[in-house]
This record gives sequence, structure tokens and C-alpha cells, in this order.
Amino acid sequence: MPDPLLQPRPEGLYCPAGGFYIDPAEPVAQAVVTRAHGDHARQGNARYHVARAGLALMRERLGEPAAIEAYDYGEPFTLGDVRVSLHPSGHMLGAAQVRMEHAGRVVVVSGDYKRENDPTCAPFEPVPCDVFVTESTFALPVYRWPPMAQVVDQLLAWRDDCARRKVPAVLFCYALGKAQRLLAELAPRIDRMVYLHGALLRLVELYREAGVTMPPTLPLEEAARGAALAGELILAPPSAAGSPWMRRFPNASTAFASGWMQVRGNRRRRGYDRGFVVSDHADWNGLLRSVRDSGARRIYVTHGDGHALVRYLREQGHDALPLAALGT
Amino acid sequence: MRRFAQLYAELDRTGSTIAKRDAVAAYLHDTPPDDAAWAVYVLGGGKLRRLASTTELRQATREATGYPDWLIDESYAHVGDLAEAIALLLPPGDGPFDDIPLHAWMEQHLPGLARLDTAGRVAQLKAWWHVLPAAEVYLLNKLITGALRVGVSQRLVVQALAAWSQLPTDLIAHRLSGDWSPDAASLAALAQPVEDDAHREHRPYPFFLASPLEAPAESLGERGDWLAEWKWDGIRAQLMRRGGEARLWSRGEERLDGRFPEIERAACALPAGCVLDGEILAWDDGAEAPRPFTALQKRIGKLKPGPQLLAGTPVRFMAYDLLELGGADLREVPLRERRERLAGLLDGAPPTLALSPAADTQDWDTLVQLRAQSRQRHTEGLMLKRLESPYRVGRKRGDWWKWKVDPYTLDAVLIYAQSGHGRRAGLFTDYTFGVWDRGHLVPVAKAYSGLDDAEIARLDAWIRAHTIERFGPVRSVEPQHVFELAYEAIQRSGRHKSGVAVRFPRILRWRTDLAIRDADRLDDLRRMAEG
Repeated sequence: MPDPLLQPRPEGLYCPAGGFYIDPAEPVAQAVVTRAHGDHARQGNARYHVARAGLALMRERLGEPAAIEAYDYGEPFTLGDVRVSLHPSGHMLGAAQVRMEHAGRVVVVSGDYKRENDPTCAPFEPVPCDVFVTESTFALPVYRWPPMAQVVDQLLAWRDDCARRKVPAVLFCYALGKAQRLLAELAPRIDRMVYLHGALLRLVELYREAGVTMPPTLPLEEAARGAALAGELILAPPSAAGSPWMRRFPNASTAFASGWMQVRGNRRRRGYDRGFVVSDHADWNGLLRSVRDSGARRIYVTHGDGHALVRYLREQGHDALPLAALGT
Repeated sequence: MRRFAQLYAELDRTGSTIAKRDAVAAYLHDTPPDDAAWAVYVLGGGKLRRLASTTELRQATREATGYPDWLIDESYAHVGDLAEAIALLLPPGDGPFDDIPLHAWMEQHLPGLARLDTAGRVAQLKAWWHVLPAAEVYLLNKLITGALRVGVSQRLVVQALAAWSQLPTDLIAHRLSGDWSPDAASLAALAQPVEDDAHREHRPYPFFLASPLEAPAESLGERGDWLAEWKWDGIRAQLMRRGGEARLWSRGEERLDGRFPEIERAACALPAGCVLDGEILAWDDGAEAPRPFTALQKRIGKLKPGPQLLAGTPVRFMAYDLLELGGADLREVPLRERRERLAGLLDGAPPTLALSPAADTQDWDTLVQLRAQSRQRHTEGLMLKRLESPYRVGRKRGDWWKWKVDPYTLDAVLIYAQSGHGRRAGLFTDYTFGVWDRGHLVPVAKAYSGLDDAEIARLDAWIRAHTIERFGPVRSVEPQHVFELAYEAIQRSGRHKSGVAVRFPRILRWRTDLAIRDADRLDDLRRMAEG
């Protein structure tokens, strides 16, 4: 029997009883959007439903004219026959889990989430439910995030080393979410200007307006060229690596901040000098803990290589299935 | 081992050869010699014999983490390195951690592992893992399972030793060759200003290695300035006749003592104090050409070959260089003269000890024609050596070129894929290819290289989306893609399901223009193997 709340379709995850999609990939009438990343918040939907904390970021992505309804975390609203509410997922500013209630049954779609503290957003809120749909980006036990304080120590030691060697320290990180989280984590520990690639400027500004404390930053274009950047920390999106933009600092030491950096093969393949393990997704233990916290009787696993998580959960006595098992 | 773990991290995070050399040199400066000697040994690719089986490592991991075997295997396949996967899977230790010196690990603790039974080894591994920080758990696992592989070549270790000792690299390379023993005294001997050591006579010279010739041969200049020789497909070795005995050293600087007694016996007729460079080949008495490499493999594996094997697979040493004569180092003497003296030395020697013949031609054109006969002569092509050149150390371009004939090729269908290791961890880069046999695709070759990064990424995504079945880390995929594989030789084989063994297969190109029905047929390959 088809699930009245969950139906994977080519356009995205569809809620038949509510008549809406979650993070649709193609234009639809009603879209609940869990975060402002480009792959989730796409232009062209007739109406968007988002968490208020992420409204400014959504407007930036979607443009002023988009019809966006914003809700406080936990504030219920109705779409079709479904009572919907958004709850913090801890992934980034304004990121949300989607709670759907229909005929006495509760389904929660986690969106991307993490369990670690993040100074830029509200922490993940466990939402009790009957069915929990979890992400599975890092669904193997080799992914276990180190404490953030330890990573910040490593980052600063790297920057100090670059200062000794008189070379710029270019840190690649995703422009939305990761960059601001790193800046906020560095804020109490760094007393120098941090330079930003152009793609980060507006997004960092929006986080500041949302009240996130970050160290003073300067557009790289305003910095003096050449030696003046020796020992300075520069943040840039991964797309800038290997681009003509990098030619301005031929001697720079490069680093990438990502959960993938946990594995040596990934570090070496990407060709960065350093890899720092920082992720806005749940690690293996975070995934298991969230499944337990949900109290759900049925677990669906989305995304990529989730088969190990499904199998492990089943061996642990959970009724877990890949989301694709629901059929399209 | 903490300082060594720090060195490893420094080496791992830089691609710069100079930075690596400096890091190793700095380590040599500030580390006690008994530890530094072992670092030189393991960085240069040395390893202890395998101390624990994969099964034991997995069992210890299962007990330490509580994870089922299949999850440990999935993690291993994803990470691409068992030592690293284990370090990532173990719960983090809470310290404080002991700093056990590298030499204590290598000389006492790790060898002690070999004396335990399986249960004892598993318990010992868990106990060590518990008291080490993650970086050292990883290193310990690497030392237990094999080589470090941290992008440091023997050459780089030699350069670091040279920087540290202020001696020339060639001298260090020679002192380090052979069975250098990793202890403080040997390290001190490496750094002695003058060559004054008793071990010299047991050591081979560092091998001079040729580079592949990519330009046309005419670009090398006058034909008369070059010696052309057949390029043998055997075991490169130095034959040392020193003291009262004859020894063979392989290019991997392993002693081959006792494996090829007929060569050692023949060498005893040579005057003491000479060293020959050449190739060991399986070669039947009276035959025109050597047997394929697979025949030689039967001999490599046998420490003490019996009379049946000796008679069934006789070997020869084809000598092509003379590095020492009358106890004098000839490496700076021009090849023209070394070759003349070698010919004189081997005049009248039995076929077991022969002079590798020159491929004499007047000009480059006739040499090109002669090279076309390489396959019939069971050789890989030609070697071109500048007649005025000294015998150099390692791979130095310019004087020695290998000019191999074009490889054989076949078209085969991708049927299985497995994720790679190291830099290719987590990507499907180890492929198995099949050819047609009565309507089925039968695996004939595995290949790991030949595609560029973009092709690997494309194929990786395709494999994930078109997996038929998983067998642990291996996936069978829909037969859809045809690849042109190059290989060096094909032989009949009872050990392979297909009945043929393909030597050195690698991917030449992705044949998107071919359909799978266009792939080769096993019958044709078998016929090739007969011929």
C-alpha cells in the first residue's frame, strides 16, 4: 500500500496527503525546503515553505519575488491534510527537519543534519516519530568526527606554520554554512583579519546580520598583493582550487575542510596539502543516535551509499529500509 | 614512535620532494641513532615479515569495536587500506599514552608477536591499540601488515642521508645497498667520511636503470655512438664473484643465493674480484631464444631447486656490463671499455654464463628493422646505451634507453570492479575484463591503470549505478563497456579458469566505439598462447 506521506518521485520526495514536495529538484507547486543550499533550494517553485531562521539566505538564493512562507521552528502549519512543522537539524543556519502528521501518524524527514554544536545555528532537535527518514552521507563507522576544538587547534597550527614559512594559508570550504561555521569557531581564537574569496562575501554578511559572531574579514581583492598575504588565512570555495584565481599565490599552502578528509586516500587524491575533518553532516554515531532518539518503528535511509547503515540497523533490530524501496 | 609518527604526518602532507628530504634529514638530526636506523630502513621500503594475518587483524578489530565482519570489510573496501581502516574504526584511546621508541617496536615488541599463537596475537594487538594515539595505531598497523608507502623513495632517503651526513649521494647509495642492517652502528658507518668498511665485499653496486625512449631513435645522434642490445624479459641481477664465492643479487637488492646454482657454479670459474650486471633467463640448451618469463617463475620460487626442476628449466646469466674487475671499481670507465673487458672475461665461458649479444647494425634504419624481430626472439625490444657513458646510479636519463616494441592488444568487456587503494581508495579503479567463450564472458585480465582521472570518475559513477551483484568489496557490473588492453605476452595456464595467463595487462583506451559483441574471443587468445 502506498504511504500517504512519502512517495519518492523523479522531481523529489513527495507527500501525497499534503500535496507538497520536500527539496524538489524540478519546479513544483508547493515546496518545503530544508536548507538554502543550491541543490535543495531551487528557483521556479510556485510556493516555498521554509524555517524563518533561514529566510534571508533563501531570499538570497531565490530572489525577492519568490513566494516564500517562513515559520518559526516548531510552529505548525497545514498543507492539504497534513499538519507540518519545521525543527532545527543543526546542519546550518535555518536548516530544518520536516515533521508531518496525518491520521495520527508522524513522519520526520531529517534533511541533512549533525549532532555537534555549531555556533551558527540552533542545535539538532530530536523529534519523536513513527517513521524517520534519515540522511546517510557518511554512513560508515570510519567516519567519526574529532572534537571541533581539536580541529581548530590543528587549523591554527597550520596557519602558524604558514606564517613561519611566509606563505599564504588558503583554506577551501563550502561557501555556505561551512565557511561561516569555521569563522565563528575561529572567532574567539584568532586576532587577525581573515581574507575572503568573492563568493563568500555576501553569505558571510548575511550570517553577521543574523547575529553570528565572526572575526573581522576583508575581501581578498582589497588586500595588498603578493608577500603581504604571507601567513594570512584565506577562505575560498573548493571551485577556486586549480582555477586562475589561485595564480595570485603560487606558493600558497592549501587545505580543505570536509568530512571526506577523514580518509587518507581522499586527502591525497584531492591534492590539497592539508585536510581538516569538519562536517555539517552526522557521523556514524550521530546517525545511530538520531535513529534511537527518534523512537521510530520504521527507518528509511536516503542518499547514496546507505546500504551499510540499513543492514546494520536491521541487525540491531530496527525495521530499516532504503528510501528507494518505497518505489516511485 | 611519537617523533616518527610526526615525521610520517609531515611526509604525508607534502608532495614536495625537497620538503620531504628536509623532513627526513631533520628527523635524522634529532632522533637517537637506534631509532633513526629503523626509520631509514622502513622509509626505504624495508619491512618486517608479516606478523599477523588479515584474519587476526579483523578478529581483533571485531572484538575491540563490536562491529560485525561485513561492516569491517565494507569499511576496509571504502578506505582502501586495512591499517588505516582499523585505526579509524577503533574507539579513540583516552591516554595518557606511552611513547615506545621505534627500535623497541621493531626489535622486541613486534618480533615477539610472531612467537604468540592466534589468541595471544589478537589479545596483544588489542592491548597495543588501547594505549596508542590514533596516528600511532595506524603506523603500528602499517608496520605489521607491510610497507609504509608514504611517497618516499629509496632515492629520497639516500638524499636525506646525504644531506644529514654531508656525503655524496652515490656513496650513500652504495653503502646502503644490499642487506643493510638497521642498527646504530650501520647508521654510523653510513656517515663515515672515508670508505673503510669490511662489509663492502658483500654489497652489490646500486643498479643503473634505463628510461623509456619516447623520441625516434635517430634523435639520439650517431648510430656509432650507441650500443644496441636485446632487452630481455628476465630477472635483472648482479653476479658477484668476491672472496671465495659467487653471489647473485636481484635488482630489488635481494640475495638469490642457492636459487640458481648452475650460474653460481659457472661463476666460480671467473677470477675473484669481479662483478657482472646482466639478466637471468630460462633458456633450454641449444635453443635460439629464451623461454617466457613464466617458465622462470618456477625457479624464482624455489630456494633449493631439485634435479628435476634444474633439468626441466635450465637458466642462463646473460651478462651485459662489468662493474668491477680485479677488485677495482670500473663504474667510471666508459661502457665501450667495460664491454671489451667483459667480452674478454667471458671468452670461452659455458653458455650458462654468456655475453649478451649486441644488435649490430650500420644505421638506425636497419636497427628499426631488426627491432621488428624482437617478438620472434622472445625479447621485449632493444636497449640503447651510450658507448662513452659511465655506469650511473639509479634512473638517470640520457645514457641508457629502453626501446620496447609495441605491446599486444585485445578488446575486452568490463565485468567486475573493486575499489582501489591509496590515492584511489573509495573509487572503483580495479577492473576485471572478460572475453567471449561460447556466449559467456570469461575473465582474462585484471587491470588497474591506464585511465585518466576524469575517465576514472565517469566509470566509477557508472559502476555504482549499474551494479548487478556485490561479492564483498567486488561488484559485478552490466556488460556494456569495451576496453582495449595492452599486454606483453600470453601463455597457456592451468591456474586460470580461462586457460590463458595475460602478462602485464593495462588499459590502453576506453573503446566507446565498440559494442560488447565486438570484444575478442577466448579461442583466438588460446591460439595466440599456443603460437
